[in-house]
Amino acid sequence: MKYTPVIGLEVHVELKTASKMFCRCSADYFGREPNTHTCPVCLGLPGALPVPNKRAIEWCIMVALSLNCEINLLSKFDRKNYFYPDLAKGYQISQYDLPFGKNGYMSLINGKKIRIRRVHMEEDTAKLAHSQLGISNDKFPISNDQKVSLIDFNRSGVPLVEIVTEPDFSQATEVKEYLQKLQQIVRYLNVSNADMERGDMRLEPNISLSVMSNIQYPIPNEKLPKYKVEVKNINSFRFVEKAINFEIERQEKILEKGELPLQETRGWNEFKNQTISQRLKEEANDYRYFPEPDIPPIHFTKEQVSTIRSLVPELPGAKLSRFLHEFSLNNYDVEILTRDKLLADYFEEVVRVGKDHNVSPKQIANWIINKKPDIGEVLPASLVKQIIQSTQVTVVDEVELKKVIQDVLEKNQRAVLDYKSGKETVIMFLVGQVMRQFKIKIDAQIVKMKIISLIQ
Amino acid sequence: MSLNKLTLKEATEGLQAKEFSSVELTKDCLDRIKETDEKLHTLVTLTESVALEDARRADELIAAGNNKPLLGIPFVIKDNFSTKGIQTTASSNVLKGYIPPYDATVVSRLKNAGMVMLGKANMDAFAHGSSTETSDFGTTKNPWNTGYLPGGSSGGTAAAVASDQTIAGIGSETAGSIRQPASWCSIVGLKPTYGRVSRYGVVAMASSTDSPGPMTKTVEDSALILNTLAGKDNHDATSSPLPTSDYTKDLRKPIKGKKIGMSSKYLEGVDSEVVKAFEEARRVFEKLGATVVDIADLGVEILDPRYSISVYTILQRAEVSSNLARFDGIRFGNDREHFGEEAKRRIMLGTYTLSAGYYDAYYKKALKVRTIIVNEFHKMFEAVDSFIASTSPSTALPLGSSKNHPMFGEMADVLVEPSSIAGLPGINVPCGFSSNDLPIGLQIMGPQFAEASILNFAHQFEISTEWHLRKPNL
Repeated sequence: MKYTPVIGLEVHVELKTASKMFCRCSADYFGREPNTHTCPVCLGLPGALPVPNKRAIEWCIMVALSLNCEINLLSKFDRKNYFYPDLAKGYQISQYDLPFGKNGYMSLINGKKIRIRRVHMEEDTAKLAHSQLGISNDKFPISNDQKVSLIDFNRSGVPLVEIVTEPDFSQATEVKEYLQKLQQIVRYLNVSNADMERGDMRLEPNISLSVMSNIQYPIPNEKLPKYKVEVKNINSFRFVEKAINFEIERQEKILEKGELPLQETRGWNEFKNQTISQRLKEEANDYRYFPEPDIPPIHFTKEQVSTIRSLVPELPGAKLSRFLHEFSLNNYDVEILTRDKLLADYFEEVVRVGKDHNVSPKQIANWIINKKPDIGEVLPASLVKQIIQSTQVTVVDEVELKKVIQDVLEKNQRAVLDYKSGKETVIMFLVGQVMRQFKIKIDAQIVKMKIISLIQ
Repeated sequence: MSLNKLTLKEATEGLQAKEFSSVELTKDCLDRIKETDEKLHTLVTLTESVALEDARRADELIAAGNNKPLLGIPFVIKDNFSTKGIQTTASSNVLKGYIPPYDATVVSRLKNAGMVMLGKANMDAFAHGSSTETSDFGTTKNPWNTGYLPGGSSGGTAAAVASDQTIAGIGSETAGSIRQPASWCSIVGLKPTYGRVSRYGVVAMASSTDSPGPMTKTVEDSALILNTLAGKDNHDATSSPLPTSDYTKDLRKPIKGKKIGMSSKYLEGVDSEVVKAFEEARRVFEKLGATVVDIADLGVEILDPRYSISVYTILQRAEVSSNLARFDGIRFGNDREHFGEEAKRRIMLGTYTLSAGYYDAYYKKALKVRTIIVNEFHKMFEAVDSFIASTSPSTALPLGSSKNHPMFGEMADVLVEPSSIAGLPGINVPCGFSSNDLPIGLQIMGPQFAEASILNFAHQFEISTEWHLRKPNL
């Protein structure tokens, strides 16, 4: 391909705070009866005022710090004005020129640093449901053939963190790796479930193609392509990958014809497996940002930021390299063990207990990875016990063993012949057959030697 | 004597001494409303049954020995304060029929203190104006001459207090909306420091300057009400955590030796009769032993107050355009077709000034000038204890005056806008009458959170004059 994709990413992560961003309503909206978690503030009733959720702001800063961002000691909220029926106030409270975090990065496995432009805080909108089936009851006297749009305000005002990268990705696989790492980080921080199915993470890649070969990252602004296509609100990593690859192909065809792709916003249609134009640049909103007068600017001291920093646990990347080197495990093991913080913590706890019983981290890692114990059920001490039991070898009575082996060889003459004719792997089948006759675990090596000597 | 003529202080004392009941007091007010409302049209919604029920409950509490500060006292509340279960329209057809499910903090504090609610007072629609002529439910008339405007936007409250339809009232000021109608109707109107009284539940006009406050017959009444209203509200992030005090405590302090500032820039373009009344007011203070000096003589330079019209117009229109966006007709009230001319004009101007490419030239620049004005006042109050000026450049104007002047309100409010955009407290006290018997007001401004101080100056002025004792003939 003679074009190089230039890809940036905006991700919205919904926080799992107990209450909403600007009121005291429960933020736990998923699957709840519509319009039960509402109040004058999140309904945008006349006169209602937003009061920011301190915990949400701290969590946003934790996310920013985890992405190596600088924290603005003076920050503020701004109003982003636009009209949509799911936006109660006619504006969204967001952050414009002074986001909580800026200038961060995330490192990818290939050594590339993806620059994070900003990490800011905003509020979610209500949820629209478009239905053709009318709900006819006392509350909604709608006849059955009518089309209706219903608004559920339970989600209105739920805290969102938006993370914006610079256009530093050049392929979909990098985007996917970034997203997986980001998901892992917010889960480690325990600030979001980051559950894609529930819409906890919403993804918006912007894609364009550069004609430059041999691109050096980061690409200076003046060398970026003259257009940009945004794909809105994708809710799965797989779809992001597909949407990016679709766009690369689509834009390439246009460029091949000597034309420039339109600057526009597109949506991913998961049924047609393609992106579909939604809005051209000319129709783009002017959001008329201005400082939110209902919320005073927010000042942080360096000490306050340090305090928040101290709440950030060891992150997946750091844990991974520590496990590698502290427990002498391989990359494969460590990658699995650190995927989830609870599992990683569990592993370390078992290692601690195992140390007193001469059970090695490698044994524990193997056991956890292969046997997948229910870490909520099996206590670390019990796991260590299981491992020890499994390795204890009982000495078997020689005479009995010989008897059993002869019996097995008798019954499996075909295998014996195979072995004799040089098919040595069949020996393990015979070992298995012998061991099956014993209720206790016996040393396979001894059995093997015995079988060989008896055959010969 | 009709009980409705009492001041809040007198009414409270009478109620506590059981000279009369709250029901009797309330009925006198209701009678007065019925008797004069055709002429004045002060209310959007009369809440007679609520009032009588509130009064009965107050009487029970009084009988049980309760002496909450505002127990059994009738109030009218400007119609931009959310009142649970009672229609709240901000005098706009857009909100006609809207019944809030919650009380504004000011309303809940008054209720907790024992208020009796007579009704919701008329105002300029969404508080856009200084006349009440932009109300979608008819213009309120000035009790002193019903051919004249009461001022606004809290014109309904001002006229109701001035005509003794109520013992006291609540207004809100963004830039002049308490002080200017108080001046035109000859009552006391206190605009507290921005953030001293919660805005929660007040239909927002310009969020960065909206300040609810009392409108009363005397300075002491305003102080008594402020005691209930002031203080941090967890529902309003801009409300101040600074401690409040008993605002009646300093009223009687002599002001001898105090330094009061004035500025000749506040006299330019002001009616000669209004200037004359101001000069007399100045002499009253001097007789009380204070010195009144032109701040220019102290080396304090200030911008011509007319600059604040530009600043205020830009900031306020911008905030209005955003604040009114929620009235989309989807969930409550009527759709946007029902906005009046003034609201539409403000939405358009505000939308324009916030648009890409214009923000820096207008909004950002206005913020910078606002900072200059804030700093000027800061310097001024290092040199003087308070600052006095006429409240309005004229007395009340005839009905219809605002109709063809989109900037009518701003011109009428030119002398209150600088202190409003600086968020400072100010109070209007009656200081005279024109040759055609229309009231003239004096405003006393102070530094941030100096309510106790300006109330002290105002009270000392009031007890040295008799303007506040005059009543309109209706």
